Amino acid sequence: MFRKLSNRFIKQLLTFSGAVTGIAILFISFFLFKEGAGLFKTSTIEKGYVLIVHSANPVGKLSSHQIKEIFDTEITNWKAVGGKNQEIRIFRIDDIFNEYSKTEIGENYEHLSEKLAEVIQKNEGIIAFLPHQYAPINSPSVKELPAGNISVSDYFLGKEYLPTATPAPLFGVLPLLFGTLLVSIMAIALALPLGLGVAIYISELADERIRKFLKPVIELLAGIPSVVYGFFGLVVLAPIVQKTFHLSVGETAFTGSIILAIMALPTIISVAEDAMRNTPRAMREASLALGATQWQTIYKVVIPYAKSGISAAVVLGMGRAIGETMAVLMVTGNAAVIPTSIFNSVRTIPATIAAELGEAPAGEAHYQALFLLGCILFLITMVISVAAEMISKKKNFKPV
Amino acid sequence: MKKHILILLTGISLLSCNSKSEETNSTGIEPKTKVETVQIKGSETVLPLTQKAVEEFANVDSQLKLIVTGGGSGVGIAALLNNTTDIAQTSRAIKFGEKQKIEEGGNTVKEIIVAYDALAIIVHPENKVSNLTREQLEDIFTGKITNWKEVGGEDLKIVPYARETSSGTYEFFKESVLLNKNYLSGIMSMPANGAIIQSIKQTKGAIAYVGLAYLNKDVKAVHVSYDGGKTFIEPSFANAKNKTYPVVRPLFYYYLGNSESKVKPFIDFLLSPTGQEIVDEVGYVDLR
Repeated sequence: MFRKLSNRFIKQLLTFSGAVTGIAILFISFFLFKEGAGLFKTSTIEKGYVLIVHSANPVGKLSSHQIKEIFDTEITNWKAVGGKNQEIRIFRIDDIFNEYSKTEIGENYEHLSEKLAEVIQKNEGIIAFLPHQYAPINSPSVKELPAGNISVSDYFLGKEYLPTATPAPLFGVLPLLFGTLLVSIMAIALALPLGLGVAIYISELADERIRKFLKPVIELLAGIPSVVYGFFGLVVLAPIVQKTFHLSVGETAFTGSIILAIMALPTIISVAEDAMRNTPRAMREASLALGATQWQTIYKVVIPYAKSGISAAVVLGMGRAIGETMAVLMVTGNAAVIPTSIFNSVRTIPATIAAELGEAPAGEAHYQALFLLGCILFLITMVISVAAEMISKKKNFKPV
Repeated sequence: MKKHILILLTGISLLSCNSKSEETNSTGIEPKTKVETVQIKGSETVLPLTQKAVEEFANVDSQLKLIVTGGGSGVGIAALLNNTTDIAQTSRAIKFGEKQKIEEGGNTVKEIIVAYDALAIIVHPENKVSNLTREQLEDIFTGKITNWKEVGGEDLKIVPYARETSSGTYEFFKESVLLNKNYLSGIMSMPANGAIIQSIKQTKGAIAYVGLAYLNKDVKAVHVSYDGGKTFIEPSFANAKNKTYPVVRPLFYYYLGNSESKVKPFIDFLLSPTGQEIVDEVGYVDLR
């Protein structure tokens, strides 16, 4: 009676823990997407601020990119953004203190708004970036530039990633996406031949004693914290890459992918080796009995049999490379530009999230943009693991 | 079978008894020594200072228990917003939006400057350039000057490094040196001061900025001029203290108006002469 009861209890406990895990995962992904999607409901201009021009200014709307160029003084004439031929004057709230004394503005800024209105009235070419509460919106000579919401195409097709630019941050995701893909694909290209070689050696050629030593050692590699890999990459590998290829900087996509390749190796080796060792003994013996050499047996029998396992190893290794954070953060230089060569510095999605989430103001555009990056990463890794699942289930080698 | 159940039941009841007795114990002790806890969260730059100050403070006052964690300036302020910390330590001033959010909830935010941190501009030790004006720095970090030749050095590409986009140091440098202009797009960025030093040491054309406390002989600190090249000031504690060195930023503590009485003893301690000596010890510039 008790055994039955405890059996049922354990069964329920297991079901319960399964349900809890499932709900937790669903909850986390829901949270991720909810926070991320919030970005497209956020205004392009920093929260609590408005952009103001003179009412005689014909310019009605500016894109985030134009705003950035104006405030970086790259655009200095209104003509460039469709206005009159007129010099642009940039005005920030702090500039008011250079024009009026503290007493004129008032102890608690009670006259700040009218003084701002005066300044704007005097300068037709002005563009002012002001806190909403002090902006003289009701004044007749003042026009507020309407701030739209951050658009989906600006996010997904934008080529500039400047999340803390004021007044209008830019969240172009393309440099990060290309950076991530470049580094991880290159990492797999480096790790795959090496990993397969080692897997073949361990499973087919090495004698039992060497195998028993080598396999745990390789699996141990997976246990080294990624910061250690990152630091090794920064201190040892980056200078080597810099000297060998005569580069001005050592922190490049190439350096990052070498480190990632090293980190993906244990996964690839151990999954591929397991798959190869699962080849039935009878098949090997049959092949050898037909007079095939050991090498012929390996590449005509073992590898085709283990094909699905090997593909799964590749995909899992790729997943490891794409999601890796700390090591890449330290060795790739983190420059947010679309890479044109493997010796460019790149910035990857996980590294960006890790580096910025700690300091991003909670709930604001930057924070939401990082969550959206998380969504993109989530989708990429999900596609990869679904692919791994499908590949490892497929058995395209029919036993005779 | 019944025996098993019996054991199980007694076990459970014993356990619950235990926890009950513990509860009574703790409530029994409380009235004698009332220990209040204060949480401090935020900037990694301020962290070593706070930690040291908390250690020293424990010798002076045992009534207040302080728990210190890092995470970044933004994390500290977010925690203040959610009421999960009593003090936010930051290396940047609170943003307008953040302040507004707190004030929407009917609270007030108090700001205290606890110390100053000087930033040194550093280059590779073999770099011949040792003087730069603010204007030159602006052009270097916004990408208008790209070769050391243009500022009196050898013919070598300039590789500027910045801190991560959201760090307080990044923001301060942008405001003070770049006059709010954006860094060149695709500037190299490094997650920590240590990594910056390492990269500068390895890269001949590199230039970056770090807190004065991080300077070492692996890198060369550049003398900076904020008056168009008339005087170039060496970054040193003495120059930061007598305010001749221009690239100096305040380090802040923020707390909510209604928790003032709770956090006051510690803040007063940090602002006192003993507290400010700790500031010097840790490698920042005190308020005196």
